[in-house]
Amino acid sequence: MNFPANLRYTKDHEWISLEGNVATVGITEFAQRELGDIVYVEVETIGKALEAGAVFGTVEAVKTVSDLFLPVSGTITELNPDLANAPETVNTDPYGSGWMIKMTVNDPADVAALLDAAGYEAVVA
Amino acid sequence: MKNTPFTSKHIALGAKMAEFAGYNMPISYTGINDEHAAVRKNAGIFDVSHMGEFILKGEHALDLIQRVTSNDASKLKAGQAQYSCLPNNESGIVDDLLVYCIEENKVYMLVVNASNIEKDWNWISSHNTAGAEMHNISDKTCLLAIQGPNATKILQALTDIDILNMKYYTFAKGKFAGVDNVLISATGYTGAGGVEIYFEDSNDAANIIWDAIFAAGGPQGLKPVGLGARDTLRLEMGYCLYGNDIDDTTSPLEAGLGWITKFTKDFTARTLLEAQKATGVTRKLVGFEMVDKGIPRHGYEILDATGTSIGVVTSGTQAPSLGKAIGMGYVQGVYATAGTEIFIKVRDKSLQAKVVKIPFA
Repeated sequence: MNFPANLRYTKDHEWISLEGNVATVGITEFAQRELGDIVYVEVETIGKALEAGAVFGTVEAVKTVSDLFLPVSGTITELNPDLANAPETVNTDPYGSGWMIKMTVNDPADVAALLDAAGYEAVVA
Repeated sequence: MKNTPFTSKHIALGAKMAEFAGYNMPISYTGINDEHAAVRKNAGIFDVSHMGEFILKGEHALDLIQRVTSNDASKLKAGQAQYSCLPNNESGIVDDLLVYCIEENKVYMLVVNASNIEKDWNWISSHNTAGAEMHNISDKTCLLAIQGPNATKILQALTDIDILNMKYYTFAKGKFAGVDNVLISATGYTGAGGVEIYFEDSNDAANIIWDAIFAAGGPQGLKPVGLGARDTLRLEMGYCLYGNDIDDTTSPLEAGLGWITKFTKDFTARTLLEAQKATGVTRKLVGFEMVDKGIPRHGYEILDATGTSIGVVTSGTQAPSLGKAIGMGYVQGVYATAGTEIFIKVRDKSLQAKVVKIPFA
C-alpha cells in the first residue's frame, strides 16, 4: 500500500498535508480499502473550530458508516466539492482528488507531531 | 472459526475475509459495486457453504415438516422446492428456510441459515415426537450459488442436466463437472436468475467443481462475489434477511410472508397467526427509499413528520443498481402504504424518505 512520505498520519487513518497554516485532510489508502466502495461523504462542520480528535464528518460506504476525526485542532474551511457527485474518488485517489477538507490549523507544530509515513505503516501493518 | 472447502481459494483471490456465523467468509473481492454489477449484468459465484442442510427421512418426515413450517410442504412433488419459515410458539420466526422434496412423502432437505443451524436443529428435534429420521449434513455439504443472467448458459457446458430450461424453484440431481450426485437448484437470493448447487465435499469435489466453473465462466466474465454484494443484491429485491428483517419477535404476517403462511394445515403457531390475520397486524415490514441525502442502516429509528417514533429500520444500503439509498423497516400499519412520507433518524438528523413497493425499482 502507498503512504506518501510528504504527508502526516493519524491512528484514525486520516492523512494531513500542510502549507503555511492551511492543511488538506483525507483518509488513507488503508482506510478506503477497509471501507470499500464509498458512496457519501458528509461534512457539516464548515466554519467550525474543532479540537484534534473531534468528529468533523462521516463517510458512508455501501455496507458501513464511519466517523471522520480531525487530525489537529483548527477551523474547517472547505469540503471537497467534487465528492458530492463523485464520492468514489476517495477510493480511486485518496491522496489526490479524493481529499476531503481544508482547514486552518491552530498550531502547525501539531501536524509535525503526528505519525510520519513509516510510523503509520507500522500501525496498519 | 470454521473454514469452508473454498476458504483458501477466496484468500488466493485476494478477498477481504471476515467472520460470519462462525465461518471465515469472503466479504468482497474487487468491491461490492463491481461484484453487484457482475451479478445483475452477467454472472457471479458465491460460496455459501456455511448454510445448514438437514435431511429428513421416513414415513414421518412430511408430518414433521408440516408441523414446524408455515408453508404447505404436502404440495411439493419430487424435484420441487419451496420457501418457508419455522414459526415459534409466540408467532415469531425461528428461521426462514428452503424445503426440498427429494422423494415425495419420504425424503426432504431443509436448507437453513448458518447462524441458526443449532437452534433450528433443536427446535425441529423437539417436535419430532413420531421419530422421523433426521441428519445434519451441514458440515460436509458445499453450496455454491451461481447467479446472474448468464449463469445458466455458463454452467450448461458442465452438465447434461437441462439447467437452461429449469423452472424457478425446481431442481435435479446428477453429474456436474464430472462429479456425481450434485443437486442443481433453480433458486437464489439475488433476483438475477441462476442456480444454486449442493454437493458433498468428497474426492476433491469442491476443488474440481470450483475450478471447472471458473474455467467455463472466467472467459465469460464470471466473477467471485462476497457476502457484501449478496446483501445489496437481496435487499434490492426486498428479500428478508434473518436477524435483520425477521427474527424471533417478528411474525411472518408482519414481515409480508403471508404468502408462505398456509392455514390449510396445522402447524406450531397456527392459532396465534390465524388470530393475528383476523385482527390485522399492528406493524408491517415496508420498503422505503430516501428522498433526502443519507443512507439508512439497521437499527435507525423511523419517525413521522412530527418526530414521533413509528418504527425501526431493519436493513438499509446505497443500492448499487438503482443509484439511490433504500431500506426496509417495520412501521405502524397506517404508514405502510406506498407513497407515505416517513423520516429516518440518521445520526442527529431527521431525513425524509417515502414508502415504496418492493422489489425496489
